[in-house]
Amino acid sequence: MTDIKRPSRRGFLKTSALVGTTLAAPTFFTRGAYAQDFCNNPTGSTVKLGFNVPQTGAYAEEGKDELRAYQLAVKHLNGEGDGGMLNTMQPSMLKGNGILGKKVEYVTGDTQTKADAARSSARRMIEAEGVVMFSGGSSSSVAVAQQSLAQEVGVVFMCGLTHANDTTGKDRRRYGFRHFFNAYMSGQALGPVLAEFLGTDRRAYHLTADYNWGWTQEESIKDATEALGWETAELVKTPLGAGDFSQYITPVANSGADVLILNHYGNDMVNSLTQAVQFGLRDKSVNGKDFQVVVPLYSRLMAQGAGENVKGIFGTTNWNWSLQDPGSQAFVKAFGQEYGFPPSQAAHTCYCNTLLYANAVEMAGTFYPPEVIKMLEDFEFDGMGNGPTLYRGEDHQCFKDVLVVKGNENPTSAFDLLEIHKIVPRADVTYDSQIPQFAGELGPYEVEGGC
Amino acid sequence: MDTTPSKNAPLSETERVGPAAKEKSVFYRTSGRIATQLPPRGPEMAPLWPPKADIFMTIVFSAVVLTMPLWLQPFGAAYPDLMQRFAIFGIFAIGFNILFGLTGYLSFGHAAFLGVGSYAAVWSFKLFSLNIIPAIIMAVVIAGALAVAIGFVSLRRSGIYFSILTLAFAQMCYNLAYSVLTPITNGETGLRVLSDDPRIIDAIFGTNEVPVPRAELFGISMQGMPGFWTSAVFLIAAFVVALLITRSPFGMMLRGIKSNQVRMSYVGFNTRPYTLMAFVISGMYAGLAGGLLAVVDPLAGAERMQWTASGEVVLMTILGGAGTLLGPFLGAVLIKYFENIFSALGDTTLRSMLEFIPEGLRDTAIAIISPFVGDGWHLTLGVLFMLVVIFMPGGLIEGFRRIGRLFTGGGRKKENG
Repeated sequence: MTDIKRPSRRGFLKTSALVGTTLAAPTFFTRGAYAQDFCNNPTGSTVKLGFNVPQTGAYAEEGKDELRAYQLAVKHLNGEGDGGMLNTMQPSMLKGNGILGKKVEYVTGDTQTKADAARSSARRMIEAEGVVMFSGGSSSSVAVAQQSLAQEVGVVFMCGLTHANDTTGKDRRRYGFRHFFNAYMSGQALGPVLAEFLGTDRRAYHLTADYNWGWTQEESIKDATEALGWETAELVKTPLGAGDFSQYITPVANSGADVLILNHYGNDMVNSLTQAVQFGLRDKSVNGKDFQVVVPLYSRLMAQGAGENVKGIFGTTNWNWSLQDPGSQAFVKAFGQEYGFPPSQAAHTCYCNTLLYANAVEMAGTFYPPEVIKMLEDFEFDGMGNGPTLYRGEDHQCFKDVLVVKGNENPTSAFDLLEIHKIVPRADVTYDSQIPQFAGELGPYEVEGGC
Repeated sequence: MDTTPSKNAPLSETERVGPAAKEKSVFYRTSGRIATQLPPRGPEMAPLWPPKADIFMTIVFSAVVLTMPLWLQPFGAAYPDLMQRFAIFGIFAIGFNILFGLTGYLSFGHAAFLGVGSYAAVWSFKLFSLNIIPAIIMAVVIAGALAVAIGFVSLRRSGIYFSILTLAFAQMCYNLAYSVLTPITNGETGLRVLSDDPRIIDAIFGTNEVPVPRAELFGISMQGMPGFWTSAVFLIAAFVVALLITRSPFGMMLRGIKSNQVRMSYVGFNTRPYTLMAFVISGMYAGLAGGLLAVVDPLAGAERMQWTASGEVVLMTILGGAGTLLGPFLGAVLIKYFENIFSALGDTTLRSMLEFIPEGLRDTAIAIISPFVGDGWHLTLGVLFMLVVIFMPGGLIEGFRRIGRLFTGGGRKKENG
């Protein structure tokens, strides 16, 4: 019925030879593409940076603001706009002509607030787009995952917003740098203020986002408050991005606790705080004291989301736009001119970290990561908000003043939501890099067989 | 190029009966064994096993997979991470197709096996060795064991009840990994390989002291292209095994179950062991895929087990063509391409791509296109999926076959005329 066409012996040999060559070809080409002195060495007249921020998920709001800050930083580095913090940063080698004379370009990615997706997105930037540095993220689990990747491939990662102790603690990496403050500092800064306003005889109930940031913040705040003489009633973990927290808040009322500590961030904090207020917790009186809510890590974006409910609530923040130092003012002005509203703390930390990286490259005179890293380590600078700041070499953590803030009772504008209650000096929040909560290893400078 | 024999394939019973009877396979009992072929039909016939078309298909498939770094270049997808994903999710979808495509049992919980495979592989990296061989073995075995347990319970029901049971089990696994089993899975943070892990096998050979732990195969780091070549070899092997299963009497049994399970049992077969076997095999495929995900990037997160991941593999299989051999791989490539490339297209890239359009029209064009790229890639995928399901229920493979028929069919008419 049919004649089956069989390949001849000659045909078969020809085909196998062809297939063999095609198989060998890609290894040949890719080897060529990867043979360079270090990963993604920029050889042209431009240099590419990767900005990996959450555009979806519980932290999407912070992510969008981070992206705005990155775009502004790129503008300023390339000498467009008014220069922002380039004019106030001390010491600075940035001239507004790009980095090492190369024009800065950037690519963006979506971390989806998931470690898996963030790494995949980062690998696309490194492997397909050839970025020489990547940055961003608004979750510590994502930061830690990306930092590990940075060490594996040998490309510098400048952390975005990440507040867990682990990022510069047990999961610190040579190729990762954090400008943001951390949970331990929050505890140290917040403790005395809580003692002053809420007293030393309190029972605290913790609701904690169930991942590394939540865990370390809970630990740090618990340690700090128990040192004041507080008791801890209960520690409850809630899934990230839960949306509805009513099932976690209902038991609080009957637990005998008189303080609710929300170790939540982003939309989670907006939802849990709003529900806590709706359930009437703040109007209650337990053990003869007013029931209080504390949000250890605060941001203006969250305050905006939670609206009226934040009034009078204490917390800490890395930076706030109402700071009056020249660096902060320059940044707020540039950001406001560009987008029409003041930046968040997430935007601030991402902007600073990008400039700090660019400056370190200028100082090193090369993009070669080990040299850049050495320039960032123990770099002492000023004029970027928060006063004199040290990028400590032992753990790649920035040490600077921490702000204790309070939800503004009488806001004068839609953005005037946080009132700076106290600026805790850097010396009060500095700790040894090898205390038990933080002990870790940075790893090597040179990465062999990276990308 | 799929399970139904093509024109130049040796004749099978199904083709003789004609396309109308495509789904119905014919079985013969020869001295107690099941056979799918008639006894030898005379000297003029070519040997039936292995069919030439299958060998040809395997060679073409291997060539296509191994030349991905070349032909993906124009699509901007020829970088290791994405190609690894193509290969790995190809394995996942091919394995899923063994269950769904052959037996018709629609599992909505296959991501559980993917996730368990990843966790098993990462634990193997942590406890035993950074070598990928024990990791892959552990991933497959543990995913297989879980599949036996879940399959044993779920397969007591069929149809929608089976789907719901598997979905429930997978969500249970996800929630366990996410919160209850945090000491084993590290919850939301994800399980990573650390430089101070014990790695007892490596310790015996004195190679456990590494500054940056990476999965390796006897010294070859699995990062970048080697990771892709490894995944590609596994994909080809997985494809060949799936091909052999499909063509085997066992595969025929599975297809018999799909076409009419009641009849199968009336004829005297106990179908449960066969469906369980298919379930376990596809679970092991998922475990292999999960293990490979951990090999190319040693991190396992709970979100791999979420129901969206289970749904994704169903989409891949249906989009490509359920029941076909090449379809699931095609679907996997397409979906992963959309997820990684389309999602990264912003307005600025779009603008530079559309430079050839005159200024005035360009903004309109961008306004029309932009909701479908970037954040809106799901929308494009959704539209595509709808179109495929409505107009080509057999998936992309059916589309290709129709195009093929357009040419050959046209030719035949002329000859006839």
